[in-house]
Amino acid sequence: MSTLAFVARRLLAAIPTLAVVIALSFALTRAAPGGPFDEEQALPPEIRANLEAAYGLDAPVHLQFGRYLRGLLQGDFGPSYKFRDFTVTELIAGGLPVSLAIGLAALFLALALGIPLGAWAALARGRGADRAVMALAVAGISVPVFVVAPFLALVFGIWLGWLPVAGWEPGRPADLILPVLTLALPVIAYLARLTRGSLLEVLRSTWIRAARARGLPRRVVLLRHALPAALLPVVSYLGPAAAAVLAGSLVVETIFGLPGMGRHLVQGALNRDYTLVMGMVIVYAALMIVLNLLADLACAWLDPRIRSGRHA
Amino acid sequence: MSGGLWRDALRRLTGDRAGIAGLAILGLLALTALAGPMLIGWRQDEIDWAHMAAAPFTAPGHWLGTDRLGRDLLVRTLYGLRVSLAIALAATLVALVIGVGWGALAGYLRGRADALMMRFVDVLYALPQVFFVIILTVVFGRGPVAILVAIGAFGWLTMARIVRGQALALREREFIEAAVVGGAGTTAVVLRHIVPNLLGPVIVYATLTVPQVILVESFLSFLGIGIQEPLASLGNLIADGAAEMETAPWILAVPAGVLVLVVFAFNFLGDALRDALDPRDA
Repeated sequence: MSTLAFVARRLLAAIPTLAVVIALSFALTRAAPGGPFDEEQALPPEIRANLEAAYGLDAPVHLQFGRYLRGLLQGDFGPSYKFRDFTVTELIAGGLPVSLAIGLAALFLALALGIPLGAWAALARGRGADRAVMALAVAGISVPVFVVAPFLALVFGIWLGWLPVAGWEPGRPADLILPVLTLALPVIAYLARLTRGSLLEVLRSTWIRAARARGLPRRVVLLRHALPAALLPVVSYLGPAAAAVLAGSLVVETIFGLPGMGRHLVQGALNRDYTLVMGMVIVYAALMIVLNLLADLACAWLDPRIRSGRHA
Repeated sequence: MSGGLWRDALRRLTGDRAGIAGLAILGLLALTALAGPMLIGWRQDEIDWAHMAAAPFTAPGHWLGTDRLGRDLLVRTLYGLRVSLAIALAATLVALVIGVGWGALAGYLRGRADALMMRFVDVLYALPQVFFVIILTVVFGRGPVAILVAIGAFGWLTMARIVRGQALALREREFIEAAVVGGAGTTAVVLRHIVPNLLGPVIVYATLTVPQVILVESFLSFLGIGIQEPLASLGNLIADGAAEMETAPWILAVPAGVLVLVVFAFNFLGDALRDALDPRDA
């Protein structure tokens, strides 16, 4: 019951954020100097008027916004101004599965590698393994995705020739290895650092000492008592991690030539294709909100204090 | 009293090898970026028709080689470093001014005004920032100023939160009470006690903001929606290099190396400053 109420409360809190995203992105694109049909060569006024009428741009702004909202509720993101043959919804539907697949794969890979690495470093505190993991973590955090991606493509794709450098065909998972790895690396680094710090703190606590004093085996103390408590900050970081992965996917999809949403967004931004950019940003925002929500739920599941609202 | 705080901080900072290394690297890079282009015989857009995509140390006069148009890579990277650093420092300054003003005001006013002001920060904080920065650059064009505005629009949020928290906490501390009891006026309390104590976290966070801004600007420039040719930034130089990496990997390696070095140096310096200015953890 309380869990259900918690979920409902968080869901309700997510709605205003999405509303702000939609309203702000609409307002910003309408405030832009120049219209979507400004080309090198000025259009004759009649053609321009016809174009604007065709796209509904001749109506007052509040009516345009109302129409846009009504469309959104029905899953209609409007026409793309530059890809004349596609609607934004079609571009999203085509790109979303690709972006979602590499994003989720990267997050899971990061969890599967980052947490054990961090725990290992914490247990080997001060020794070589700890130093090595932490040095790698600093590198992973400081080196941006747009440097890592070409570097990995150069080493594994061109020099070693193990993996395809770019392109994507459905059913060829080898194409996704480098993109997923590139996206996961900074998250692995951050998770390892977080896990290490948090686990060290937990291991110093009195209740861990009490568990040891009771004669519980080291493994049980670590896996049953220390790790779940130490994972709280790690799970809280999943929201920001998802944001980082989504931003990184813009670079990764561009470099590795994947037909995901990120590449459409970059193309849309280059072409000043307002409806496309707006639609993509709204979908990305919704994705982030959902992932944040999942992270919150995982936190509440791990820590009953949050669920009951008695936290600090 | 406050002199002692800063002297202690300086002593701790000079004892931190990573921090000093970061500071030295940054000083050296900034100096090279400012003076270097004058000492090299090539302009950043000058084309050497005889040496296109030359590897480092192979063409006379081009220490780090040339790009595919025969432009000197060292000069272009130094110009890119200038642009990236200038934008980062300016955006951090914007974040500093708005963030400190907003946060200090909220912390000072307290009550309903504080709640309202911080609610506004919370709403902006919840937005997907990178994507709104992209929208802003799309809307306002792609010059350095547009990027500055776009990044500055979100950069101040964390600063405002930090300053507001500090201001609220400081008001309640005993040494402030002691100063008030000791007969210090409001101005004296704010200037002699609150501001110096607030300054530490602000300096630390500002130092750590600079590399973040560099990364966001390079990210945008890399994607082609940031700094545009013929102007160079580390981001669009890396994009150039990535396009040529099969045949001329140094065009990628030089700007990428400089970017990573700058980000490392700022992070080391920021961590060292945090250790130096926050004695609680020391």
